[in-house]
Amino acid sequence: MTTGVPVMAPSSASALLASSAADRRRGIVNGLFLAVSFVAAVACVVPLAAIVAYVVIKGAAALNLSLLTQETRALGLGGGAAAAILGSLQMVFLAAVIATPIGILAAIYAVEFSERRVAGAIRFAADVMVGVPSILIGIFAFTLFVLPFHQFNAVAGSLALAIIMVPVVMRTTEESLRLVPGDLREASLALGAPVWRTALSVVLRTGLSGVLGGVMLAVARAAGETAPLIFTALGNQHVNVGNLGKPMDALPLFVFVNARQPYPVQNAQAWGAAFLLLLFVFVVNVIVRGRSLRSRAR
Amino acid sequence: MAVDTAPTEPAPTPTPAPDVRPAVTVARVATRTDSPMPDAAASGRLEVGALSAYYGTFRAIREVSLDIPPHAVTAIIGPSGCGKSTFLRTLNRMHELVPGARVEGKIRLDEVDIYDAAIDPVRLRRVVGMVFQRANPFPTMSIYDNVVAGLRLTGRHPRAELDGVVERSLQRAALWNEVKDKLQDSGVSLSGGQQQRLCIARALAVGPEVLLMDEPASALDPIATLRIEELIAELKASYTIVIVTHNMQQAARVSDQTAFFTMGDDRAGYLVEFGDTPRIFTNPRERLTEDYVSGRFG
Repeated sequence: MTTGVPVMAPSSASALLASSAADRRRGIVNGLFLAVSFVAAVACVVPLAAIVAYVVIKGAAALNLSLLTQETRALGLGGGAAAAILGSLQMVFLAAVIATPIGILAAIYAVEFSERRVAGAIRFAADVMVGVPSILIGIFAFTLFVLPFHQFNAVAGSLALAIIMVPVVMRTTEESLRLVPGDLREASLALGAPVWRTALSVVLRTGLSGVLGGVMLAVARAAGETAPLIFTALGNQHVNVGNLGKPMDALPLFVFVNARQPYPVQNAQAWGAAFLLLLFVFVVNVIVRGRSLRSRAR
Repeated sequence: MAVDTAPTEPAPTPTPAPDVRPAVTVARVATRTDSPMPDAAASGRLEVGALSAYYGTFRAIREVSLDIPPHAVTAIIGPSGCGKSTFLRTLNRMHELVPGARVEGKIRLDEVDIYDAAIDPVRLRRVVGMVFQRANPFPTMSIYDNVVAGLRLTGRHPRAELDGVVERSLQRAALWNEVKDKLQDSGVSLSGGQQQRLCIARALAVGPEVLLMDEPASALDPIATLRIEELIAELKASYTIVIVTHNMQQAARVSDQTAFFTMGDDRAGYLVEFGDTPRIFTNPRERLTEDYVSGRFG
């Protein structure tokens, strides 16, 4: 019986496998695509590598004991970044103390207590906050915490940094709390534990490693912020330890100020301070990565 | 805790109306402060009357009425989706943790309406404990800490008391000899069957009278399953046990009473037949039960 469809003549394997013009064209397009995406990947990595290399070369050369221990001295006379280092430590520490509990509790509320829509709204707000240009946060903090007192002060700087840190802590905490299996919540509630104890002692404790990683990343982010501090902590040539009502220096401010000076000595100091900042961010990231890799391996 | 009198003491004066609360369990549900291990008094009777459970507008179980006798094993069997687990979770009010979930009808534990407005579900769950399908020890806690988690999450207890509870609970859960030398090891370092017995010990440590088991052996190999079944047989001397199981042989082996649920045309689960296990399996009154236990459907 014949059908409308012509029966294909059986052909040999070599005829079937012989490459045609279409095959060759496909090979070329494939190669081009691969090459273009490789170039893009390189373009993605090169700036980071260049920045790191440049800062390390320039900064390591400027690194010496006086940079770490001396106060800034006027106009090309050298000195060091001690005021900036101590200022950064104080302000970032205070900001972390303020932002960590707020961010963690907000995440607990979003994950454990709120309805899905409310949680979505909180998450959206935090995501928008992460994207707000930090200079706006600086102006905000300036208006609220500097203008009324007619005084640039370190607390205002810390508050500005805390505002930047809260959404970062909140989002990373939220992500790690969501990974805690619902089984464990049920187990705890079935033992007669109240919801708040379940949230703190079971859910937060199980996700703690991820939460700490988030806090550290937020600290690294805050340590590098410049714009919010220009309006608030202002900067200070002298070491200020503990006097939070007065201006205070910070490493990013130190870089900002000294890089603009016409004196090579101070430009070198800016590179040195930039190197310290980069080192700090790098170390924090390595620690966080190492922790999460280890917890995944477990 | 607020009230320190042991509930086993007789009330000095008759409680004035309107809040008359008879029986041992009333005191335990309402103002439970006694030692974590129950005495052998035959309490723990559950009477379920015309119970319907809803998820939002969907009725998951329809008008279930049955009496669960104390210090016996009651098995709940039936095909998937017939509301076995939902029914179990209404008995310790875990059902209502799902947003939109609610029940109608009555459940009385030794004469106390557990859905009464005066009953705190958190407290109820310390009297009606639960073991889940998947062993879910707290991963951040040691074996020791897992056993006492229920006590720690619900209040402060002296170390000496906790030591005693750990040993007694693990002995009752037939796990003591296997773990007594490594109580500080992680709870998740144990095998699956050991983890499930650890979860049973954890549930026993808060001193329940009723133990709900939601397919406690379905994730275990046959030997671990056998150990759990032996354990259930030992525990029924002290506890009222309600076990949901997919495995009809298991129901026949471990239970004294069997309740057979199935799903109606409205997709709501309902109770078809309830009676002594041997009768349900050898001489069921209902055609549906006979079809199910003989393997003709489900």
